[in-house]
Amino acid sequence: MANNENPTLTVPVGAEDHIEGAENSEVTLVEYGDYECPYCGDAYKIVKKIQKEMGDKLRFVFRNFPLKQSHPNAEHAAEAAEIAAADGKFWEMHDILYENQNALDDENLKTYAEEIGLDAEKFGADLESGKFEEKVQKDFMSGVESGVNGTPSFFINGVRFNGSFDYKSLLDALENA
Amino acid sequence: MSEILKAGEKAPDFTLPCRAVEAAGDEEPTFLLKNMRGKNVVLAFYPADWSAVCGDQLALYNELLPMFEKQNAELFGISVDSEFSHEAFRKDRGYKMMLLSDFEPKGEVSKKYGVYRDEDGFSERALFVIDKDGVIRYSYVSPIDVNPGADQILKTLKEIQGEEGEKENGK
Repeated sequence: MANNENPTLTVPVGAEDHIEGAENSEVTLVEYGDYECPYCGDAYKIVKKIQKEMGDKLRFVFRNFPLKQSHPNAEHAAEAAEIAAADGKFWEMHDILYENQNALDDENLKTYAEEIGLDAEKFGADLESGKFEEKVQKDFMSGVESGVNGTPSFFINGVRFNGSFDYKSLLDALENA
Repeated sequence: MSEILKAGEKAPDFTLPCRAVEAAGDEEPTFLLKNMRGKNVVLAFYPADWSAVCGDQLALYNELLPMFEKQNAELFGISVDSEFSHEAFRKDRGYKMMLLSDFEPKGEVSKKYGVYRDEDGFSERALFVIDKDGVIRYSYVSPIDVNPGADQILKTLKEIQGEEGEKENGK
């Protein structure tokens, strides 16, 4: 059987994804992440720095991979970002969540929604009804099937990156991709 | 190290402690592979409790337990740690799966499956999917520092369950 050391994305980057960066970039970095995971918090800062460094050469995609059993607020945080996405504000919410990783309960989420200019009432209702639960679950399953093995998991041009995600290692891998 | 057992081979039977004894004098709770016939079994051998990579690996499996259940499968972690370490580790991380102690004689089951690292004194990071008749359907040793994820486990389980469906349909 084929080994599973270098699995590839089973769902290619497409219209349903949240994409930052130029369409015709040289390299695509996909992250499966959890907003409550401290390692993802580290990765957030590193990716920001790499985006700055690489500019238009890099396209960055974020997919949800909430580890609900380990992180009780991760699921709602992921749904919050999806609710924001429906108003074109995914990245604003994504950033605010990672900058406030220790305060992600529902009340906190509502505060962030207001801060980025979402309708607070509608946001609360969407969170309550689990409007984007299915979308989050779809991301999660696509991750499992693609060989996501923990958070964060990175894929460079569709292939799982097994190296360390410190700034230099990740930048090197992207520049040599 | 001996060779890892391969798909198609019979999974060697074993009995291991699966939980710490709660009160002095109680009989030690044990797990018998043989008792799992009729159900698919996933064995996840890992080097040690508490280390970062296996933490993540088991956290992922903990998340996927309902999906394994849907494929008529149960997952068990195995390492050479004692059941007391396992118990504390499970509680600390909130893991729901059973963790088996390949502790005494140390690594005996890991050796039977060909996944013991003599030079280190612990198990490889290895996966086995065993079908309901006790036959190994998938085996894999991952580089020790790479968490192998769950994609191949789920793929194998789906294949097994697919065959089951065909049998039931009289094909």
